[in-house]
Parts: sequence; structure tokens; C-alpha cells
Amino acid sequence: MWVAGVAMPVLIGMLLLFAVSPSVKANDQPSAANAAVKIDNFVFGPQTITVPVGATVTWTNADDIPHTSVSTDGVFKSKVLDTDEKFSYTFTKAGTYPYYCTIHPKMTGKVVVQ
Amino acid sequence: MAENKHDLIDQKLQDLNNDGVDRRGFLKCMAWAGTGLVWTMSGGIPVSRAFAKGNGKDAGKGADFSFVQISDSHIGFSKPANPDVTATLQTAINKINAMPHTPDFIIHTGDLSQLSKPSEFDTLDQVLKAASPKQIFFVPGEHDMLTDNGDQYLQRYGKGTKGTGWSSFDHKGVHFVGLVNVANLKAGGMGSLGHEQLEWLEEDLKGRSTSTPIVLFAHIPLWTIYPDWGWGTDDSEQALSYVKRFGSVTVLNGHIHQIMQKVEGKVSFHTAMSTAFPQPAPGSAPSAGPMKVPADQLQRVLGITDVNYLVSGRSLAVVDSPLGDTGASASGNAGEALAVVDSVRS
Repeated sequence: MWVAGVAMPVLIGMLLLFAVSPSVKANDQPSAANAAVKIDNFVFGPQTITVPVGATVTWTNADDIPHTSVSTDGVFKSKVLDTDEKFSYTFTKAGTYPYYCTIHPKMTGKVVVQ
Repeated sequence: MAENKHDLIDQKLQDLNNDGVDRRGFLKCMAWAGTGLVWTMSGGIPVSRAFAKGNGKDAGKGADFSFVQISDSHIGFSKPANPDVTATLQTAINKINAMPHTPDFIIHTGDLSQLSKPSEFDTLDQVLKAASPKQIFFVPGEHDMLTDNGDQYLQRYGKGTKGTGWSSFDHKGVHFVGLVNVANLKAGGMGSLGHEQLEWLEEDLKGRSTSTPIVLFAHIPLWTIYPDWGWGTDDSEQALSYVKRFGSVTVLNGHIHQIMQKVEGKVSFHTAMSTAFPQPAPGSAPSAGPMKVPADQLQRVLGITDVNYLVSGRSLAVVDSPLGDTGASASGNAGEALAVVDSVRS
């Protein structure tokens, strides 16, 4: 239903939208702004994840038992995640962030922000 | 059946440490819960006696008594391994209520709830209200400390306890100690008792006669079963050093949702089945966690633990029973396990 008069401005508008929205993946490379950690079988996978400054890491609990994701240095702390629940944290400073599951402390992981 | 038990006795006797020097001895107990007959081995000679349970008001300090341990009810859990944990807890309570003698009290060794939700604790309370033994002692599991560092758990079940919920009490000459090893867990570690609780424990045991039978109960096992899965307590050695001098120590734990037993000197360790769902044997699966079994098997891998205290030998017999009968026996009660227990000899 394109009308010639509106097509151009609409197209430009859409291009601008793509440019400013960080959650839309407009190209083939995976977005460097987001990273995922999957919790399953009492393991954070990947156990060590490296992301750029400003990235958001999202933990998803795929296990059939609740887990948490809590920084050992008090930087971030998820609520209890039941199956399929998620927790996200945006890392604004470079550094190494070890974390663990407070319910099952043998489960440990690390986020490296550089 | 009798032959199997005899073989087991012989085998266990060979495994036993021989204390020799002091007067403590090892007992092996078998209890046919239906008939209330207890066999004990003392100095290699089997002796049978009727389990003389004092009932209610008549039971004085000198009477035999029993209590029941239940564990890991996980109220709120609802997944294929068991879609109705409230129903299986109810079955466990019915089983307790059907016992020929009412146990003096119940001990719940933690993971009362799945997610520390008020509604879960409410449901648990509803089910427990119908239990014949009116006194119930609790220690929390890690699932009971999820939202508020255990404040809610303490409000509901922590009356008379200290710190994160530890306490001790005496019952007919036996000293019971409830310990909490699921608080302030450190990254990469297992269960933990903590400095404050250990100091309290040392003080609590000070001055007690070594002939006092001791029962320690805590959620996570107080001995190292499988470190990779966190099945152990980092600082339990210190706690166990405080009970080393006693003639009879029984440790009751939960957390691993299966029966494991160990005897070390005068200390008997025992973990209970869950009333909610089983877990895999150590290392037999990629991780711990709920293990699905065929629906008709579920009742056999869930259970309760009946602990019988025998005054004459000052010993405790620990007998596990699954929720569902595995087959007929003379007494009508099936599936009881053999346990090696410690006793104080006078």
C-alpha cells in the first residue's frame, strides 16, 4: 500500500529507526551488545563469557531446579530464577566479574568485560 | 530373607572397627516395625527383645521411644519427577499416623518449600497439622532461604532457635542438636556451618556426660559424599570433633533425596529419602536434581525414616520405609533397610 509521496520519507524514517535501535540486528554479525548464559544441569554455559563494555548479559534458567546468579563482589544479584525465568545485567565498566549460584554454590561462572 | 540379613550382618561385622580399649561397642539392629521386635548384636551374640515403647503419658525418662525424620518435601515443586509433592507428603504423614506406636515427634531436615513462598509454607503447615505427633522440629534447607535470607522460615519455624535457626533440646536422656548448614554459602563451596554456630555447638556440648546419646540433624550431609555436586559440608570436621568423645552419635541429614549411610567410629551417618522426588546416585547423571522414575515406582523411592531409641543399650535404630509397599512380608511392612547403629555400653 505504498503511495509514492510517502514512500521516501517513510523509508528514511525506517532506516533511522534501524540505526538507533540497539535491539534490532540489522546485519549478519551477532549483536555485540547482548550475550546469553544458559543455566542447565547445574552449570552456567558458557562458564566464562567475554563481552564489550556496555553489553547486557542475560541468564536464562533452563534447568528444572531454581538457581540464582549472584556476583561474589556485590555487583549484581538476581532474584531466584525458576525454570525459564531470566535475569539481565548491563556491564558498564570493564573488569572481571566472578559470580555463583547462592543456592548451589559449586556452580560458578565469570563475566569478563573488556 | 533371613539369610540375606544374616549375610549382611556378617559382612558388616567384618567392616567394623574394633575399639577394644574402651567399653563402647557396635550394635547392629534390625527392626520389624510391624512386630516391634528388635534384634541386636552385642559382642557377636544376637539378642532379641521386644521393643518396649512407653506410650504417651506413661513414658518416663527410662522408656524406649521413637521419632520420625522426614525430609525435602519441596512444597511448590511441580514437574514431571513429581507433579504433586503435596500428595506424596500427605502419604508420608498417613504412613506415620498408621504406625502401631505414635512417634514422640517429627524432625524435618529441610527443603520444606521449593521457593520459600508463603503459600508453600502454608500448604506444608496444612498437611503437617494432621500428623499424630504434634511436636515437629525443623532445620532449613537452601530452598527455604531463597527470598529473604530465611527471615520467613525463621518466623514460622525458628522459635527458640539461634542465628540462622540452630538449637538443641533433650528428650528422654537423648541430646538433639539441629544445625543449619545452608546459610551464607560461599562461591565454589559446599554446605557451611560457620564460625558462630560452631562456637555455640562447642559450648552446647561442653560438660555433657559421654554416655549421653547425641543426635545431630542438618539439611546438607555432614560428611563428604560427593563434592562435585556440593554434597558435603566444608567445616563439618570441626563440628564432628566436638562429638568425638561421646559414646553414641547419630547424624541425620537430607538434601540428596536418597539413602546413604556411613559409620565412622562411634558416629553413624544417615541421609533420608525425600517425600517429593528422588535424585540420581552420585556421578550417575550429568548433575544432581529431580530424577524421573516410572510413575508406579515413585512411591518406592520416596520415604520416611523411623528412629527407635533403645534405653537398655542406649542405641538408636534407624529404619527407612518407602511410601509404597514393595511387597508383602510377615508383618505387612516391606522395604525396611538394615542400619548399623552405635551404642553406649555401660
